[in-house]
Amino acid sequence: MKTKKRTNWARQAPLLAMTLPGMLYLFINNYIPIGGLFIAFKDIDYSKGIFKSDWVGLENFKYLFRTEDAFLITRNTLLYNLVFIVLGVVICVAIAIMLSEVTKKFLMKFYQTALLLPHLISIIIIAYIVYAFLNSDTGFINHSILGALGKEPVNFYAETKYWPFILVFVYIWKSMGYTSIIYFSAVLGIDRSLYEAATVDGAGKLKQIFYITLPLLKPTVITMVLMNIGRIFYSDFGLFLQVPMNQGALFRVTNTIDTYVYRALMVNNDIGMASAAGLYQSLVGFLLVLGANLLVRKTDPDSALF
Amino acid sequence: MKKMKSETMFQIVINVILILLTLCSLLPFVLLIMSSFTEEASLIAEGYRFWPKVFSLDAYRYIIGRAGTIFRAYGITLLVTAVGTALSLVITPMLAYPLSRTDFKLHNVLSFLVFFTMLFNGGLVPTYMMWTQFFHIKNTIYALIFPSLLLNAFNVMLMKNYFKMNIPFSLIEAAKIDGAGEFYIFYKVVLPLSKPIMATIGLFVGIGYWNDWQNGLYYVTDAKLFSLQNFLNRMMQNINYLATAEGSEAVKGAMIMPSSSMRMALAVIGVVPIMILYPFFQKYFVKGMTVGSVKG
Repeated sequence: MKTKKRTNWARQAPLLAMTLPGMLYLFINNYIPIGGLFIAFKDIDYSKGIFKSDWVGLENFKYLFRTEDAFLITRNTLLYNLVFIVLGVVICVAIAIMLSEVTKKFLMKFYQTALLLPHLISIIIIAYIVYAFLNSDTGFINHSILGALGKEPVNFYAETKYWPFILVFVYIWKSMGYTSIIYFSAVLGIDRSLYEAATVDGAGKLKQIFYITLPLLKPTVITMVLMNIGRIFYSDFGLFLQVPMNQGALFRVTNTIDTYVYRALMVNNDIGMASAAGLYQSLVGFLLVLGANLLVRKTDPDSALF
Repeated sequence: MKKMKSETMFQIVINVILILLTLCSLLPFVLLIMSSFTEEASLIAEGYRFWPKVFSLDAYRYIIGRAGTIFRAYGITLLVTAVGTALSLVITPMLAYPLSRTDFKLHNVLSFLVFFTMLFNGGLVPTYMMWTQFFHIKNTIYALIFPSLLLNAFNVMLMKNYFKMNIPFSLIEAAKIDGAGEFYIFYKVVLPLSKPIMATIGLFVGIGYWNDWQNGLYYVTDAKLFSLQNFLNRMMQNINYLATAEGSEAVKGAMIMPSSSMRMALAVIGVVPIMILYPFFQKYFVKGMTVGSVKG
């Protein structure tokens, strides 16, 4: 018995060895920082070093939640994500269904290719493009649209009221190609004979979409929504940092947990606040993923992540 | 007859909507490109337009006159993308393959450890502290290669699923009976059958490196190590950076900086490689995204 076990392990060793570089990387890049979350309970002083800095218990959290920022960044992160989820589903499912109904294959490919392009461009370049439309000196909207309508120019980068719309628009613009392809492949997975039967029964396209496609897409939509709800405490860092061009006047509506952590750490050098907000995000985010997965498991066990 | 008509109507409606969406996707890039070819004075009078009143190559001339900084940034991006993608394509399949082998005793435990990184993470502060205080990668080229981009759980799971579905276990068994070792089987049997997934993951990772600006933002302050994205990021905050970066040359070149068109020209330079290559790799990209669900 014992020898059998030993030979078994000897045969497993090469496979185990193969995993080592990857596992080592994940250990360093992902697991050590998890262990490092204790920083949130310390008053980091570089001269003393991270481990020898004083423990301060929950002081950092007390400071954080005493500020208005804590509420603002939580609100912004949650509300933007909610809007992204709802609009994302509606628009991307619609695009996916339309794409699947296009009869000319080359046209379908062309639409798909064009819609996916913004997803592949770095957010830095996207910020340049948004600037080309919005800036007050040479922006397209101020010069060519508002000017032609005889309206006063708008200083977009200084006025908070426009940014919820701008950010939602940019997000949808950037992500619609990607998300719709996921729904598109689900639509393609639907049994064609259902549509043939419906056609024979005299159901038109719209009827087929509402009574066949949409009901059968429901599991995919539910899974996607729940997965996104699991990530609702994480914001698209690049979108919120780069697109508003880091304008302080806009922070009330553009600051999210991720940009807050970044600015606290790198700009204001406030490690306590940054790490407290980071731990807050990690913990609540983790609970949300677990909760969302529990719900997926109840509604559609096959789609559950774990 | 009536049915045919409504069918045609339906096709027209969806095609019109999709064409409008396509224009919505593409037109911003047209504005970007056209603006970069506009004469500065005309830009200041008319703003960025889809069809410039006065065309000009001034922005590009100005950039070529100071090409040193930009070429350097391009070189850094190319180097980091090549090295990072190559390394990633070595360690990702090496991790994914054993996880796909159900006869590998640890496949469940290790799969969970990989998967868990998608659920929970330490966030920016501990990560930043670790890379800067323990690995001292601040202002080194490693800072652009190692943090966060080299390997991620999503790609490992994607590859693992591919191996599971496309490499018949009987093939591996047969090779074993012929006396082949695990490493030999991996390189000579498994990898040659995995070109599509390697291409897809290579693309994901390569685009990730090409577009990355976060590592540079966190870990690089030395302008000599700026990648293209970091350079563009810096230019965005301060358009005069290019003039100051070249120091005395700003005095030497008497040309006044066409800053409005140059902004757009720089973005064009950053985006052109992706736009040129995109039609060729699009196929793999879409395939990779639809490979199937990613599960633990």
